[in-house]
Amino acid sequence: MKLRIRFEKTGSMKFIGHLDTMRFFQKLMRLAAVDVRYSEGYSPHPIMSFALPLGVGVESTGEYLDLEVNTTDTSEATLQRLNESMPEGLRALSYKKLPDNAKNGMAMVAAADYLITPKNGAMPDLSEQVQTLFYDAPAFVIEKKTKKSVKELDLKQYVYAFRSRQNGVFLKLSAGSETNIKPELLLEAFFARAGMTFEKKDWQITRLELYGKNDAGVLCPLDDFGENLC
Amino acid sequence: MRKLALDDEILLSVEKPARYLGNELNTCHKQPDTVDIRFVMCFPDVYEIGMSHLGMQILYEMFNRRDDVVCERLFSPWPDLHQILKERQIPLFSLESQQPVKTADFLGITIQYEMCYTNILQILDLSEIPFFAKDRTDADPIVIGGGPCVYNPEPLADFFDCFYIGEGEVRYDELLDLYGDCKKKGIDRQAFLREAAKIPGIYVPSLYTVSYHDDGTIQSFVPVSPDISAKIEKQLVMDFDNAPYPTKPLVPFLQPTQDRVVLEVQRGCIRGCRFCQAGMIYRPTREKRLETLTKCADQMLQSSGHDEISLSSLSTSDYRALPELLSFLMERKEQGVNISLPSLRIDAFSLDVMQKVQDVKKSSLTFAPEAGSQRMRNVINKGLTEEEILHGAGLAFEGGWNKVKLYFMLGLPTETKEDIAAIPELAEKIAERFYEIPKEERNGRCNITISTSFFVPKPFTPFQWASMLPAEEYLNRAGILKDTLKQQLNQKSIRYIYHEAKETVLEGVLARGDRKLSAVLVNVYQKGACFDSWTEWFHPELWEAAFAETGIDPAFYTERPRDTKEILPWDFIDCGVTREFLVREWEQAKKEAVTPNCRRQCSGCGAKRYGGGVCHEA
Repeated sequence: MKLRIRFEKTGSMKFIGHLDTMRFFQKLMRLAAVDVRYSEGYSPHPIMSFALPLGVGVESTGEYLDLEVNTTDTSEATLQRLNESMPEGLRALSYKKLPDNAKNGMAMVAAADYLITPKNGAMPDLSEQVQTLFYDAPAFVIEKKTKKSVKELDLKQYVYAFRSRQNGVFLKLSAGSETNIKPELLLEAFFARAGMTFEKKDWQITRLELYGKNDAGVLCPLDDFGENLC
Repeated sequence: MRKLALDDEILLSVEKPARYLGNELNTCHKQPDTVDIRFVMCFPDVYEIGMSHLGMQILYEMFNRRDDVVCERLFSPWPDLHQILKERQIPLFSLESQQPVKTADFLGITIQYEMCYTNILQILDLSEIPFFAKDRTDADPIVIGGGPCVYNPEPLADFFDCFYIGEGEVRYDELLDLYGDCKKKGIDRQAFLREAAKIPGIYVPSLYTVSYHDDGTIQSFVPVSPDISAKIEKQLVMDFDNAPYPTKPLVPFLQPTQDRVVLEVQRGCIRGCRFCQAGMIYRPTREKRLETLTKCADQMLQSSGHDEISLSSLSTSDYRALPELLSFLMERKEQGVNISLPSLRIDAFSLDVMQKVQDVKKSSLTFAPEAGSQRMRNVINKGLTEEEILHGAGLAFEGGWNKVKLYFMLGLPTETKEDIAAIPELAEKIAERFYEIPKEERNGRCNITISTSFFVPKPFTPFQWASMLPAEEYLNRAGILKDTLKQQLNQKSIRYIYHEAKETVLEGVLARGDRKLSAVLVNVYQKGACFDSWTEWFHPELWEAAFAETGIDPAFYTERPRDTKEILPWDFIDCGVTREFLVREWEQAKKEAVTPNCRRQCSGCGAKRYGGGVCHEA
């Protein structure tokens, strides 16, 4: 049976890396008596995967973990047990059953929402610059460095929303295995064009949501693909 | 949410920020201002090593069970953070509350190996606590040391307000009660320490005066007043089944060296190897009952989420209920718990167990003959014979194993060239045993690793009077081993690795050092020495300079022959075994005579007076 857990990773948990978080979740499943299915073979491992790795230092209120179980309790009871064993900064928000033919989160992720807030001081109003430098421009070409080469990329097709809000910059970006755009990639280029510099250390990036496409090709939060177990 | 002592920028710039957060599963968070006593417990090495230490977890839970105490952890900041703390003048903080260490009531440091002594100074330095106990005021924490190295605390005596000699489970409640009482009454530091000195096992170095002969040896070691005991008696848990243990082990996010439940099955060892300090100071051997262990194991697996368990003790094969314990663990294996075995005596029984719990092709067998020749093994009282080794190896090879690890020591007392050559010769015989198996039945080639360390005499062992050798001579002996190995038929199946000689000599100085060494330690720390147990951070040239500048000759501590009548720096400790026994064993060693193990025959070491353990087994 396929299941999906939505959780948040905030506060001091943002310093815990991807692999360490995974090792913790493996222990958490045993602590919360979740009957995770193990792979076959000589060294069986629990079948679990995160939808999209979260960088060290980035917080998230919309993380997803997919897992397979042999049997399961209700969503409410499981969530309660999970949260009893979670340290400060980790909290399970939903525990839902996926259809048997569902693709896993990792394969589904197509977009992500981010909020980028200044760590100190007030959020400047960037609405005008966003309009003129990004939306009014015919293209927004940046250089993206990969391991092998540097290639030019027009971000306009990968940035689905770019707003300057009172509490920070809101972005909806293409994400996942096809084209994964990190917020700093856009913001560094954007700040430079506005005559400013984007210092990553001065901003807190928070991932708010991950999306997959439904059968109609519409972006839906990964959470919407599952059903609560009652 | 807790406020962290370090800001995001620092945490994101250092290696492994998870070392400094204090948010692990099962950690205890109490507001320091809601309790009477804040105890910061420190393992002076990097987080991943310290978090694997069972003793610290036992005391952590024991202390935190008290309503009036909060116990928090502290480890050595890695050099990257060390530099930042210095530059920005951020005082070192305990993990749970993230509050400065200097505002705690106690700073307790567990001292597990000599090469961490400079890390102790690092902790004091970064905490902004004066190095020397005499310079501290009522505003500073009481700095207390414990662990195996405090069986000779003298090189560190000037840095500690007091030491706890023995197993921590026994007297800490008394000490904390006394402290709480003194704090309420407004009694000052010196008066508290004087009272603490009356608790058995508590040693307050400032209450003893040492004088020296012209040759540098000790003339007298006496308490400053008659109400202070001249002897400090080690403390020992005698009701081992009811002793505290971590029911809720701390589970780090970073992978520690021991990422599993650790089940301590017994304390002490019946074997009596003459080089082994643990085998002497933990006497008498005490076992936990099987029922205690199965209950603990289940509880710890349940509360930690670990999927692996290992057994811990000296010479685990001597635990009498081992077959029953292993069959219990096999039941848990059915439920998905991995078993990581300690090194067991190799026989049909242990091979059978190993075959069930590990991949034979990947795993290797470990033998610790410690010496190559039978003569040398008799000197050290290692009761393992060549026959037993070859028989065990043969059984294993027939069972499909082809990897063998062999541990030896070089530089043991009375060692000759022949004794050294006997090491590769033993490995050669093991290889021959492998190639006796018909080609189609054996598993490829065999793969033997010889690993040698250089022997360091430790206090409270029969070898505490033995001389060490200069670093060059150790390397020379490793060379003899290597040359012999190269002339052997099966040299391609045998690999040889050995320890660093300069580190060994330094360990030897610190292990049997006296109070004069505090000057060297401060000097070398100020030159930048720290993390000396890490090969990449160990700089022998700093130590050489520090010895020269302080006018201290390291050979005085290592190479000088000691007479059994000399007053040794650690003689004020009663470690449980008598001096007469140690002298007798030293003489027996020189006669190459073997002393039987405790279960076979009592050798009158003195530990029987504790009224329990192996000395009183039915």
